[in-house]
Amino acid sequence: MDQMDQMDEMDEIVGEFLVESHENLDQLDSDLVALEQDPGSRALLGSVFRTIHTIKGTSGFLGYTALESVTHVGENLLSLLRDGQLALTPPITSTLLELVDAVRLLLASIEATGSEGTPDHGPLVARLTALLTADPADPADGQRIGEVLVEAGSTRPDDVALAVLEQQVGDPRPLGEILVEHGSAAAPDVADALEAQAGKRGAADSSIRVDVDLLDSLMRLVGELVLTRNQIVQHAGDVADQDLLRASQRLNLIASELQEGVMKTRMQPIDHVWSKLTRVVRDLGLACGKQVRLEMEGRDTELDRTILEAVKDPLTHLVRNAVDHGIESADARRRAGKSEQGVLLLRAFHAGGQVNIEIVDDGAGIDPQRVGAKAVERGLVSADELSRMSEREIVQLIFLPGFSTAAAVTNVSGRGVGMDVVKTNIEQIGGTVDVQSVVGGGSTFRIKIPLTLAIIPALTVRCAGDRYAIPQVALVELVRLEGDGEGTGKGIEHLSGVPVLRLRGSLLPLVRLDAELGVPPVAPSADGPRATFIVVLQAEERQFGLVVDEVLDTEEIVVKPLGPQLKKLAVYAGATILGDGRVALILDALALGQQSGVVHASRGRALAERLAELAEPPRPAEPLLVVGLADGRRLAVPLAMVTRLEEFDVGAVERVGSRQVVQYRDEILPLFDLSSYLGAIGEQPEPGVPLQVVVYSEQGRSVGLVVERILDIAEQVLTTRSDLDEHGLLGSAVVQDRITELLDVRQAILGVDPYFYDERPLLGSGARA
Amino acid sequence: MSTSQLSTFSVDRYRFGIPVEAVQEVLRYQPMTRVPLAPDAVGGLINLRGQVITAIDLRHRLGLPPRAADELPVNVVVRTPDGAVSLLVDRIDEVVHASSEDFEPPPDTVTGPSRELVLGAYKLPGHLLLALDVPRAVDLALA
Repeated sequence: MDQMDQMDEMDEIVGEFLVESHENLDQLDSDLVALEQDPGSRALLGSVFRTIHTIKGTSGFLGYTALESVTHVGENLLSLLRDGQLALTPPITSTLLELVDAVRLLLASIEATGSEGTPDHGPLVARLTALLTADPADPADGQRIGEVLVEAGSTRPDDVALAVLEQQVGDPRPLGEILVEHGSAAAPDVADALEAQAGKRGAADSSIRVDVDLLDSLMRLVGELVLTRNQIVQHAGDVADQDLLRASQRLNLIASELQEGVMKTRMQPIDHVWSKLTRVVRDLGLACGKQVRLEMEGRDTELDRTILEAVKDPLTHLVRNAVDHGIESADARRRAGKSEQGVLLLRAFHAGGQVNIEIVDDGAGIDPQRVGAKAVERGLVSADELSRMSEREIVQLIFLPGFSTAAAVTNVSGRGVGMDVVKTNIEQIGGTVDVQSVVGGGSTFRIKIPLTLAIIPALTVRCAGDRYAIPQVALVELVRLEGDGEGTGKGIEHLSGVPVLRLRGSLLPLVRLDAELGVPPVAPSADGPRATFIVVLQAEERQFGLVVDEVLDTEEIVVKPLGPQLKKLAVYAGATILGDGRVALILDALALGQQSGVVHASRGRALAERLAELAEPPRPAEPLLVVGLADGRRLAVPLAMVTRLEEFDVGAVERVGSRQVVQYRDEILPLFDLSSYLGAIGEQPEPGVPLQVVVYSEQGRSVGLVVERILDIAEQVLTTRSDLDEHGLLGSAVVQDRITELLDVRQAILGVDPYFYDERPLLGSGARA
Repeated sequence: MSTSQLSTFSVDRYRFGIPVEAVQEVLRYQPMTRVPLAPDAVGGLINLRGQVITAIDLRHRLGLPPRAADELPVNVVVRTPDGAVSLLVDRIDEVVHASSEDFEPPPDTVTGPSRELVLGAYKLPGHLLLALDVPRAVDLALA
């Protein structure tokens, strides 16, 4: 019995030792890399020394001889470094990092098998020993305490110099003591400085270790409590009992505080993941022959540990990618007029109830031309689709499955899997990732993830008698229109089956939830619906409006997974239990947008789906904006490229060189009169009638197309006669029983002004032949 | 010869049995949330003490005519490797002891898609008890 207890106790000690050592080793990695930047830092050296010393001591006590012997040699080397008898050089750092790896392997073996195995550390020990006898360095490091004091304003440099001089002529006392005796520094200040120098590691007294499983089960229980609370609060409202009401209000408050508290226990600083990256960047930089400085902002930004765990791999991948593909070699950087050392910045911060993580490099950036060419080569987009995409959209193609830009496959990345996995992993935890890039200037990857997965704020809505929850992350705004919202000037414009809402000048495609879910709509009462509710949702870069019967409430919901029978239904992100105990489905905004076609599927998920789409000849209908010219001709342009519809006074038009422009949103918008260009001659516009302008954006440039009138939106691609002519007409199609010409805006503009797009490098128009 | 305990229930005019160990619990009718776009056999979602459970209508799975509007189904909650699933049945019957000697492969009287979901039948005095293949019954990928 006694023996059993001892065994258990022993296991526990070993377990604690392993946990503690793993944590310490992560710290060690970043300390060692930091030391390379600041080789003289005694605080860092002291910290490294203590870690190895602790592992050595405990492993000796537990009888792990291999671990003890290898850390022993390391400790000797570190003590020389700490005492300034040896200067830290890159070879020493590398050998010490090797030591850390060896220790890690031993610990892993102990964790897995309970024994150290039979590792051969002979060569490593020999190298460590050899370094011990290297030339002793200049022991000039002893002045550090003085520097600390001067920096803190506790003493003057002259006084320190004097004290150092005294040391050099034989005073055996520490510097601080001499300063205090001279009266040039106060004793408490010296004590503070010594503490600062030693580094801060004293949290042990005020914290305890808790098993993660316990926290997980606490979190689950709190989730249930929140649900029960919601139910009780709702019922208490129905029953006219003052005491019950008061008690339920207290319960409400306490449950909220408890939820917050338990959530905090699961929060960990992102540094837990980042600290591992210092090592990754250093090793990778050496392997690629690049100089990379890693900078971090907001390392104490906290997020839920399950989310932290989930972003670890995507983050590591993005960092590796940045070093491998983003940052150029020192030579290339020098030629480009940049400093030889590349900078990789990791930034984390909380905003809008989400955690934002940015990975910024000042490398070569992502070349949209290469990305586009590659995507076409791989059959991910057609040349035609590509020609209609903005530069920004093209760069996002790197997230498509099966995409890899690495010209040469290296052992670091460029394995063909990567960015799509990064995206999938981040989307799985309800996050988003996007990239912005400037050729020659660097790339910024921006990840947004929820603070926690377990409990999320959501909006509840009603549709065809059922309630649904919509996560607030996807929510942009709510719009309420009187009546059925149609025909009331600024409401829904119902054009040939494609409903759109003109919202502050921009066109918002609408999706009816009942239609998307295939449920029969609620019959409107005799005098029509009193109001129409539109929930504006954000899905990728596109917004769309979801038409629901009623907007109910916002509520904290606990996400429950759906069974395997329902997993295929992408429009549901899960289910939850509402205050009255009934189950409600949680809608997935992105999937809804994709299913209804308002969010382009080209940036969608499965390659298979994508290929199937390409293989089928009838292309998915693409919404077109139909406009009229002066002589009654009809032209169509892709609606996706239309950012706004505007009216301008004729008087606002100015001339710059040969171009007509207007000032628009702090920018200069070139105008392009389609009627006169295409030779459509009609009546002279009456003075005072505003110009109808379609703001059209392609490849990062906006242009205002002046038209006679805006006619319609059509979702139709019928038999097109696709002969390209010099006027930039792609061909014609029958849209709504009328012949309509399809305009290639870019080509048309180039027909008038061949230099229009030259102000920025763009894809050659050859891609469209 | 071995005997096993079977929970039995009725669907339309058939009696089915599944091993008692597979049954987590039996619940009277629960309000359900319908799941638009889901396969027709999904009756809806129920709240089982805070867990969201998918209810599968055995009448639909077995190709039997739907229940009359005024008849409420009963939930037989079964354990599966992917968590609990509720089977919607017409009526719960008693637990019976059945002997493997009385077991036979699916009788010819059972035809159509339902045959796929039946492991065999126990010849009990007065009637046949069909052994339901639970994993297949809850796998809606199978027709």
